[in-house]
Amino acid sequence: MNNIILFFVDLGRRIIVFMYFWGGMANLGAQTVYQVFRPPFDRNKLILQIKKAGYESLPIVALVSLFIGFIFALQTAYFMQRIGSEIYIASLVALSLVRELGPVITALVVAGRVGAAITAELGSMQVTEQIDALETLATNPIKYLVVPRFLALAIVVPLLTLYADAIGILGSYLICVGKLGISGSMYLNVTFDALLYKDLFTGLFKTMFFGMIIALVSCYEGFNVEGGAEGVGRATTKSVVASFILIIVADCFFTALFYFIFP
Amino acid sequence: MIEIKNVYKNFGEHKVLDGLSLNIETGTTCVIIGRSGCGKSVLLKHVVGLLFPDRGQVSVDGKEVARLDEKELNALRLKIALVFQGGALFDSMTVGENVGFGLIEHSNITRKALLERIEESLCLVGLCGIANLMPSELSGGMKKRVALARAICIKPEIILYDEPTTGVDPITADSINELIKNLHDKLKVTSVVVTHDMKSAYRVADRIAMMYQGKIIAEGTSSEIENSQHPVVHQFVNGLAQGPITETIERFR
Repeated sequence: MNNIILFFVDLGRRIIVFMYFWGGMANLGAQTVYQVFRPPFDRNKLILQIKKAGYESLPIVALVSLFIGFIFALQTAYFMQRIGSEIYIASLVALSLVRELGPVITALVVAGRVGAAITAELGSMQVTEQIDALETLATNPIKYLVVPRFLALAIVVPLLTLYADAIGILGSYLICVGKLGISGSMYLNVTFDALLYKDLFTGLFKTMFFGMIIALVSCYEGFNVEGGAEGVGRATTKSVVASFILIIVADCFFTALFYFIFP
Repeated sequence: MIEIKNVYKNFGEHKVLDGLSLNIETGTTCVIIGRSGCGKSVLLKHVVGLLFPDRGQVSVDGKEVARLDEKELNALRLKIALVFQGGALFDSMTVGENVGFGLIEHSNITRKALLERIEESLCLVGLCGIANLMPSELSGGMKKRVALARAICIKPEIILYDEPTTGVDPITADSINELIKNLHDKLKVTSVVVTHDMKSAYRVADRIAMMYQGKIIAEGTSSEIENSQHPVVHQFVNGLAQGPITETIERFR
């Protein structure tokens, strides 16, 4: 009997925590969008964040997508060789990378690299009262801290995805041309034949939202840090986990949406 | 004038302010004393509108802080400077950018005038020529003084100090006290100092108020508080281990 009550108490508490998260996110999201359109606009802070989130992510995104390209080519080759149609590796890799793998892998890498850094930075600012200090100096922390990060990620994640798509296709090209004996020009022809504009568009469009999700989740968790260094650590973990889950859920949503809009 | 009327504030189950009232006249220095964790900092945060009361009112110059819109609140915040206990310096900026932050964000001051103001403020706290250092390169006491410089730089009418002398050596502590007194004497700023350092309290105060269990239990001039017969005040100002404050805590256990 007691266990049953405890189960419901625990369940209730989890539901409340869940609702708080969504309430807080909605509030932060609305305020952020409001502040995005409100002057003054600070271009320098935006450029700094684009550099931090985008430019400095180039090596890791390149590394990950190059290896995904290698792996994907080899794994599809395993089956394609059996049915004697190695050349279609090119179209398969191109489509899956541009439509799905490129966007998701890039978003997950950015969530891990940039999102975690944002939460840790804002979290330490919160515990050392720097965010309160901003407010006492008549500066809105959302305008000052969240807006540049939000815009930077919304701009940078699609660009990084484009870059990841290209590098992934290059990885697959190297395997196919170097190892499986397909000619280079043939590989490129098949790749570009397979790709339509809508593939590129659906792939890139959703990544803009992935960027916004990462920014909002990591800023929200950073602002809501409680309990010193340990709290910062906990919030960083929570922010990465929540970003991962929300990216996958949003991806599922957009995939279904585009499936019906652009059949 | 800062008027705090019957303010209640809870954090969850924990009552922090329990019907607290206090008036601070313009141009005076009021020291609020009380044990660590009794809610003194919470009280200061109500004055700048970082926290809002559950019940009751906090007014500055006749305007209720909780009723102000964003623009009025920002205008108020530029008249009030809060010096945080740990300094709360922005660690991504240099000392100079920290000190000048309010001016950089909210005025069209020229670069030359800005640098002069920053240097002037830093010299006032005895730290000339460190504008290009980063906060991480400073000691705890220096960070406190830089925070003070940041407060002075916007030329506020009211300065709120959160434990300005805690955690600094006695000589620095005395120079901070001196500074608080000077700012008050020369610039006629209203000062509210939250502290549990009695030496500092006697040194700077026009009036002292003692906070206990979410209320102001005694208020008066330095000598009135020093010679108070109130058992709680007597225990606190004389720093006695035995007395009503510690007995209540023991009873809680």
